[in-house]
Amino acid sequence: MNIAPEMQEKLSSQVRDNDVVLYMKGTANFPMCGFSARAARVLQSAGVKFKDVNILEDDDLRVALKVFSDWPTFPQCYIKGEFIGGSDILLEMYESGELEKKLESVPKT
Amino acid sequence: MIDTARIAEMIQAGLPDAEVDVRDPLNDRTHFEATVTSPSFEGKSRVQQHKMVYAALGDSFSGPLHALQLTTVVPTKETK
Repeated sequence: MNIAPEMQEKLSSQVRDNDVVLYMKGTANFPMCGFSARAARVLQSAGVKFKDVNILEDDDLRVALKVFSDWPTFPQCYIKGEFIGGSDILLEMYESGELEKKLESVPKT
Repeated sequence: MIDTARIAEMIQAGLPDAEVDVRDPLNDRTHFEATVTSPSFEGKSRVQQHKMVYAALGDSFSGPLHALQLTTVVPTKETK
């Protein structure tokens, strides 16, 4: 499947213009899925500001992201334009201290 | 309906050298957990490792498989 050029551009600029983006089910305040809630909690614990995007509000975005990230599930996290993975990877990186290192240059809350 | 045996079978088929453990902790056949240990993960990033497992599961995520908590492990001498 191909992504529409406008969507490709929208996603590329979103992950470029925000230090940390979490594409999730629901929002950081009202997560609609346990995995999304867990990912948001990890980023909150890391103390960084992040942009939460509710993929349940935009089905085109949800479908396009699976292709854009080459990843079948949500949440999906980007840091400084780099795809980091889902909640399992985020949690592992948080526990190992790798996440803190990745977030060194990101403004803290 | 999908179950732990079917998920394990698919991952095993895609990664023949892997040790696969799939669990259904809530016994709801919806929220699964898997630990996959494979020497083919060596030298790969976690994202790449997870993608290898997702590739083995094909388009299951668009269908019967709702949630899979995944841990990938590179075997060390101790776990062999």
